[in-house]
Amino acid sequence: MKVLSAMSGGVDSSVATALLVAQGHDVVGVTMKLWGGDSDTGCCSVSDVDDARRAAQLLGVDHLVFNFGDDFARDVVGPYVLAHAGGLTPNPCIECNRHLKFDRLLARADSLGFDAVATGHHARVVGAPPSLRIARGRDRAKDQSYVLYVLDSARLEKVLLPIGGLTKQEVRAHAAQLGLPTAAKPDSQDVCFITRRDGRRRFLGERIPLRPGRVIDRHGAPVGAVDAVELVTIGQRKGLGVAGSGQPRYAVDVDVAGATVTVGTADELQSGSVRVGDVVLAGELGTGDVLVQCSAHGAPKPGHLHRRPDGDVVVRWLTPQRRVAPGQSVVFYDGDLVVGGGVALS
Amino acid sequence: MRPEAVEAMLPFLSERFANPSGAHAMARDARRAIDEARDVMACVLGAAPGQIVFTSGGTESDNLAVLGVHDRRGGTLACSSVEHHAVLDPVLSRGGRLVRVDEHGVIDLDALIDMVDGGTALVSVMLANNETGAVQPLADVAKVVREHAPHAVLHTDAVQGFSWLDVHELTSEADLVSISAHKFGGPKGAGVLVVRDPSVLTARQLGGGQERDVRSGTHNVASIVAMARAAELTAAGRETTVARVVALRDRLAAGLVDVVPGVVVTAAEIERTAGICHVCVEGVESEALLYLLEKRGVYASAASSCSSGAMESSHVLAAMGVPRDLAIGSLRLSFGYASTDADVDLALEAIPAAVERLRLFTAPATAGS
Repeated sequence: MKVLSAMSGGVDSSVATALLVAQGHDVVGVTMKLWGGDSDTGCCSVSDVDDARRAAQLLGVDHLVFNFGDDFARDVVGPYVLAHAGGLTPNPCIECNRHLKFDRLLARADSLGFDAVATGHHARVVGAPPSLRIARGRDRAKDQSYVLYVLDSARLEKVLLPIGGLTKQEVRAHAAQLGLPTAAKPDSQDVCFITRRDGRRRFLGERIPLRPGRVIDRHGAPVGAVDAVELVTIGQRKGLGVAGSGQPRYAVDVDVAGATVTVGTADELQSGSVRVGDVVLAGELGTGDVLVQCSAHGAPKPGHLHRRPDGDVVVRWLTPQRRVAPGQSVVFYDGDLVVGGGVALS
Repeated sequence: MRPEAVEAMLPFLSERFANPSGAHAMARDARRAIDEARDVMACVLGAAPGQIVFTSGGTESDNLAVLGVHDRRGGTLACSSVEHHAVLDPVLSRGGRLVRVDEHGVIDLDALIDMVDGGTALVSVMLANNETGAVQPLADVAKVVREHAPHAVLHTDAVQGFSWLDVHELTSEADLVSISAHKFGGPKGAGVLVVRDPSVLTARQLGGGQERDVRSGTHNVASIVAMARAAELTAAGRETTVARVVALRDRLAAGLVDVVPGVVVTAAEIERTAGICHVCVEGVESEALLYLLEKRGVYASAASSCSSGAMESSHVLAAMGVPRDLAIGSLRLSFGYASTDADVDLALEAIPAAVERLRLFTAPATAGS
């Protein structure tokens, strides 16, 4: 098969490429240039492109660079900033998968005559067309199935996830055995277009006005203050100016328009359900009993799905759970299989 | 590289390896080779041997010109908005200003007049553009500079022009002229800055003062010798080569316009160097097009590449007002002295097929996603 292997310059995608070569595929590596600004790591700095290219050279595969910077700015960074301006908690990695890796790149690969696109995600593609599904990767601690829930069976027909059956340790060992310089490279984390040095506050502050907000309790009494209400997330405990005596208090409501954060106890943060929009489903809901994961590495909790006539889905928790921050992705699992997901509504 | 240039450089990588700055017979042998190369370069560039400064290539020559003049004299800097980054970036780094171009990429002389004055230290306008091949009216630029910016030094980046234009004649009014060996069949990593009067600038690279204190660093003897050989051959054969290659270029452009709907030839209405056929193809992305073309043995380029190897959108096309949707499909097909009719045939076969294939697929950049 002719495979275009997306190489970020990290160890996972380097080994994914190596495995494809070993399996006898006709492989070309590609690094997407997505972000022109500062970056700690991710896919975009010159040194990461260098690492990807060097890994490709050592594996004997051709390496291309595609500049999708305009798309990334429009489809990932822009919506990320807007979401914060609206008091939401976005997940840009999922939008990057939705719009860049598995749309723009997939279409480009298609037009150039490739049969499939491969990535170094820790997840697996299981089943047969037309009901291919994403399943959790073998390494549970590194599992990335959560960020891939947007992929439907039609797209999965053209997606290969070569390292989904390996643990991270095995991936690193494989890289070391092959002599890849990326073998010991640290895992990337956080948002690739925001640097640890400057942080989210500075990044957003250069793009939207950040406004101070008051912090009140459930009865409306002022108890603290924040200097940027756009940066407060539901469930947040630190940085609300309410530390000190008594039981811990958490942000239970964020009203950006009114520049007000409401805090409450852990009990008050609990909720019996969450409504989910922009829903993608891999098939029929069946009984609706699923496991539900609400963050990249969050623990899955049992819940029951109820489809509304407007297309949204309501998750009713088996036992009350912490409120899900609006904007976060909520992903449904049947065992290890991703059966769908969407975005938490307020 | 021209085979004669390769041949010329080889002895200096082996038995004649000495450092020309040394004090023994072998050093003097290398020094003589440099001096002879300098005479050749002076002759083809219309300068005196003492005005030839050997550099590591076009970028160093351009930086030395712009920054060297500014370091020496202060004042304001101006260049056209379509200069190579090797001029653009140094000019902007010193707060210089960009002179607009018209839709063909030709400098707007009225805008230049408005932008310069007695305080202008340097004006830099390229001889021919590296992306589109558009030739600038350097004599007219020189007139404006002498009249409206009497204290300014005129620099021209002739890197793209040397193979195709009578540089000797066309750059005679410029005080500083940059060229680069790899553009005319010489090796990468060698170039010249013509400095007619060394008192206009300060050295940027300090050390042993090898190039009359204007540029330090051990001479790259083999490359300098090879550059001179390539320059000699280029200048001698220029007239014949240009006549032949212009015909190839025009056949390619006409063939593409004929066969592929939505092909726009860039700067078609003005004088361009023979070496570039630049077109924009509607509804395709050059990044994808280039990959399909290389699979057919056609190695082309689009705008310019950044250090990561990614295609960057062209500041030249943007300055000309080419819409972004069209600029995304830019394709630069370059010719050399050795290009043939068969090369054009291959391109005329590969490009229409590749464009047709890409147009079968939705172009997300124009359709949105």
